[in-house]
Amino acid sequence: MIGHLTAALEQIDIPADWIGIRAMQEVSSWRAMRDGYPQQNDHGLSQGAMVEVLAAGQFGYSATNQLTFESLRKAAQQAYNQAITTSQWAIYRFTQAVRPPVKGSYISPCVNTFDGMGVGEINDLLRQLCKHLKVSTAVVRTSAIARTHNVDTWFVSSNGSQIHQKLAMVESHLGAIAQAPGVTQSRTDNGYLARSYQGGWERFTEDDLWERATRIGQQAVALLEAPDCPDESTTLVLAPDQMMLQIHESVGHPLELDRILGDERNYAGGSFVKPKDFGSLVYGSKLMNITFDTGLEGELASYEFDDTGTPSERAYLIRDGILQRGLGGLESQRRLNVPGVACTRACSWNRPAIDRMANINLEPGETEFESMISSIESGVYMESNRSWSIDDQRQKFQFGCEYARKIENGQLTTLLKNPNYRSTTPKFWSSLAQVGDGKTFKVYGTPYCGKGEPNQLIRVGHASPVCAFEDIEIFGGAA
Amino acid sequence: MTLQTSVTVNVSNSYSSINTATQGSVHRNHRYRTTFEQLVEAVARYQIDNQPSDDLQETHFTISLTGEESQFTRFNQAKVRQSGHVRDAQIKLTLISCHRVPAQDDSDSDNEVHQDGRTASTTIPFTGDFDVDWPLTQSALTRLQQELPLLPVDPYIVLPLSAEADNIQRRQTQTVLSGHLLNESDIANALLKPVHTLDFSGFYAGGLSYRAYADSAGKRHWFETPSFTLDYSLFGGRAQEAVKGTFAGVRWQQTAYEKSIEAAAKQLTLLTRPVKALPRGSYRTYLAPAAVADIIDIIVWGGGLGEAALRQGNSAFGKLEKGEGTLSEQFSLGEDFQRTSLPRFNSSGEIAPARLSLIEGGRWKNSLVSGRSAKEYGKPSNGANEEEAMRAPTVAPGTLKEKDILNELGTGLYISNLHYLNWSDLTAGRITGMTRYACFWVEEGEIVAPIENLRFDDDLYRFLGEGLIGLTDQQTFIPAVSTYDRRSLGGMWVPGMLIDQFRYTL
Repeated sequence: MIGHLTAALEQIDIPADWIGIRAMQEVSSWRAMRDGYPQQNDHGLSQGAMVEVLAAGQFGYSATNQLTFESLRKAAQQAYNQAITTSQWAIYRFTQAVRPPVKGSYISPCVNTFDGMGVGEINDLLRQLCKHLKVSTAVVRTSAIARTHNVDTWFVSSNGSQIHQKLAMVESHLGAIAQAPGVTQSRTDNGYLARSYQGGWERFTEDDLWERATRIGQQAVALLEAPDCPDESTTLVLAPDQMMLQIHESVGHPLELDRILGDERNYAGGSFVKPKDFGSLVYGSKLMNITFDTGLEGELASYEFDDTGTPSERAYLIRDGILQRGLGGLESQRRLNVPGVACTRACSWNRPAIDRMANINLEPGETEFESMISSIESGVYMESNRSWSIDDQRQKFQFGCEYARKIENGQLTTLLKNPNYRSTTPKFWSSLAQVGDGKTFKVYGTPYCGKGEPNQLIRVGHASPVCAFEDIEIFGGAA
Repeated sequence: MTLQTSVTVNVSNSYSSINTATQGSVHRNHRYRTTFEQLVEAVARYQIDNQPSDDLQETHFTISLTGEESQFTRFNQAKVRQSGHVRDAQIKLTLISCHRVPAQDDSDSDNEVHQDGRTASTTIPFTGDFDVDWPLTQSALTRLQQELPLLPVDPYIVLPLSAEADNIQRRQTQTVLSGHLLNESDIANALLKPVHTLDFSGFYAGGLSYRAYADSAGKRHWFETPSFTLDYSLFGGRAQEAVKGTFAGVRWQQTAYEKSIEAAAKQLTLLTRPVKALPRGSYRTYLAPAAVADIIDIIVWGGGLGEAALRQGNSAFGKLEKGEGTLSEQFSLGEDFQRTSLPRFNSSGEIAPARLSLIEGGRWKNSLVSGRSAKEYGKPSNGANEEEAMRAPTVAPGTLKEKDILNELGTGLYISNLHYLNWSDLTAGRITGMTRYACFWVEEGEIVAPIENLRFDDDLYRFLGEGLIGLTDQQTFIPAVSTYDRRSLGGMWVPGMLIDQFRYTL
């Protein structure tokens, strides 16, 4: 494909300063079972190319699902016209410097390839999982989902870039809904599709799969009898599967440079973070260390290059509680004159690359889980996100979880249903009092981070240890 | 006085109209339709050639097309941030196999039973070039044929019904709407010249959209329309000093656009007053139509108005359906395809009724029932899509006159827009979210100050129940501006809503 795109590039005859072609092919399968019956057995092929042109200091783009020379040539002409006709209104005069020439490749880990398991076998596995989830008649709905994706991206440019990245990904879900008169409770496998990874079937058929399915069903039923989470301010311990959401919404999004620049104001919103804050803002307690790390093996948004060809390196976004750098690629870094990372990404060939999260992780501390719980006289432990909402400046949030336990005198005690908490971002992270050690560190991801105009859903990864926050407002069934 | 900033122009409601007139600046791609028809015929031939030798074994197919030619232009600070064009289309091909068990009486074909049903689908690119598309389709068909016998039996398969077997369905429909959109090269000038002195941020999305359906039972549906949406914000000097507007339709009107901007800019001046920070608590609240649309949107997409969600314990409306909860008799929610430019056919080729009441006078009336739920739960399908989500929502108006809104509000909050809504407890009907854009503190019918954004968390059985004071006597069209996967079509018709003691929690 690199040869085809390079030859196509050579045939494009427009007076542009720079031309890039990003072609992509995604082969997917979606298998879903509900209550032991097939809900979905779908395949998907998506392929096409985004041609991007820099002329008169302005980028223009055109995307097509035909990869012929003629189609790519037409797309380049159209992209050039877009750049020229809007250049007088350009928000910034870009140069080739934001598209560095790079050659390289990346292949995600994959042990058991997707064609190694037959469709009958996959469906049987999902059906068996539904059986494990239905631990009693109180379980009124079970679901098991397995999705696979093989994604190839090729990038060539007029200044010599040649990149091929090849990703294999698995996204899975297990869920049970239980009902008793007047009460319904739901439990999932760390949140909807939270088990999304780079890799092959080995990331789905893990040793504890059956045990997890049974536990999900049992916990959904147990929650029916549980009291509501109390309304109080207390010590809140969050499991890594809720930390994923907490990091995503209250660290990842506010650090996106395009939000700070105002590009996103009309849709997802802005940020309370100001350009002058980089290097000085106390974002959280000294225990807070957040990294951008596209090199953590198996995490969903791992790569070597972003979608503009910028090589990616691990970097601290927040170190010892102090804001270091933002989530923005070379375009935003130039416009804002602040440090960023290689995170200009597109969800597919038919969308332009913008500032996105990739793998954003909270680095582990030194506290063992048992000693963290034993140090808390009174508090609540919560797992698995079920509800999330935050304001357009990423300050006032309210998050809900599926499952909670009381912490009393250093012990996990009563099961609690409908646990929620609310706070504001800087206050919350400043209350970070304990960070779990490496044994509590878990990796999750989501295929559904929404942003951008045109809208894009992109895959991101988040890893975190268990964390404890002091004096947080929690509440249960009623607001 | 009105603070409403949603403006919609030229929303066509001419369902089933056939118009082949020249499209102004819209370049219609006739090859899409021709190629789609060729593909359907080729698939039908393939299906005949590959029918199992067993006369009682059957294979059926459905094909759905979604496609668009789109211009996307993104603005920030009254400048162009990104501008581009996307040409994209795909077809979803579904094969359904089953074993036909003849009825006892040969003349009673309606009572034939189908057993051992299996369904598999594949989505592939559609380029509009038959020579490119047919090999891909053929390869997909071969794969599906090989896969079907390996799949478990699906007791709820949805077979394409022939027009004769389903007397409420129309066999073939075509809707080709006309319009006039801005030339791509004119968009930046046309949109930015009127706002060059303002802090304007927004997104224009426009072009042609295609939807089509065909199946082995002979159903054929075609829908195409030009359309545009402009979703914009004007900002003042402070972060929360902003007004939101939308402008949408099938025919661009520069004068109407400029009037919309003028109105929004005038409202922005109200936001320059000192901001009032309110303590959490319950406040009498007026939700303008755009804010009501935000609430209806979350109800439509995840509230569980479908039969499957209700039966599977995944709905906010379980209590209403069972009669264990009630809403205000002023509240009625339904679908109305006659007032918006949308295809009425679903992914099974069924035509939804032009109007369908879901909640009437505060009481449950109908759930959305897809073909699959019809099979599983023994209810007649009403042409709902697979997700059983509303496509053309409308909330009935009330009696509150626009001129009386502030007086009726008295002292409380005027909320123009909401943001980032989610279910804080789905089955209890509890929704949380934030206020956004032009939101004001009102005292004795007079706007006093813009507010600092607040988080709300309230139970819909309360705020659409005893808490619902009234609805405006006029509905406003709020266009669907989402562009996930593709440009959305249509929108919703909603009134403003006056609510007693709306609960703000942070």
